[in-house]
Amino acid sequence: MAKITVNGKTQEIEDNATLAKLIVSNNISQPDMVSIQLNEEFILKNDYGSITLKDGDTVDFLYFMGGGQ
Amino acid sequence: MIIIPQNIIESIIEQAQRELPDEACGLLAGKENEAVKQYPLTNIDHSPEHFSFDPKEQFQVLREARKEGLQIIANYHSHPESPARPSEEDIRLAYDPDIIYIILSLQDKQSPVIKAFKINNGKSEEISIIQKTV
Repeated sequence: MAKITVNGKTQEIEDNATLAKLIVSNNISQPDMVSIQLNEEFILKNDYGSITLKDGDTVDFLYFMGGGQ
Repeated sequence: MIIIPQNIIESIIEQAQRELPDEACGLLAGKENEAVKQYPLTNIDHSPEHFSFDPKEQFQVLREARKEGLQIIANYHSHPESPARPSEEDIRLAYDPDIIYIILSLQDKQSPVIKAFKINNGKSEEISIIQKTV
């Protein structure tokens, strides 16, 4: 198991879990509308399935925010 | 219910008036349901009818708030020419079910109206704003 920080809170994940797996385990319902930073670097959506997380990583999910009158 | 200090509400109104004719937007950070800090953000659409946050600014604010032991509890935006209620687009683009959506209407320039909503699964529900005198 690896300990990572997700949106400021500690989580334990399986070793070698990918970002894509983390999205699912965190119940992100609209992943297309979420920006992700891993250790303060933006990650491209195409890379979610290939990036594996390691102990001490910090992940932030942020929903797109917008609208109109 | 969300508690917002009066000075923050006044500051949101000032920002919205300053950024006319465009919509203004930003985030409120606080603890549980009480806002303690306002973060004005850039409307990258620069439009009187739409707004979008800059994700880079969003992440910066998230980190700043976190450092101060605060959470992002609400976002806000202005409607320069329409009422303080979520538009179809506001509801469609409300992806975060945990945050409170605040809308300030400047339709009546002399009497701005501010309201707060929870938006989830395509449905909006108004919640009360308690203005806290500081």
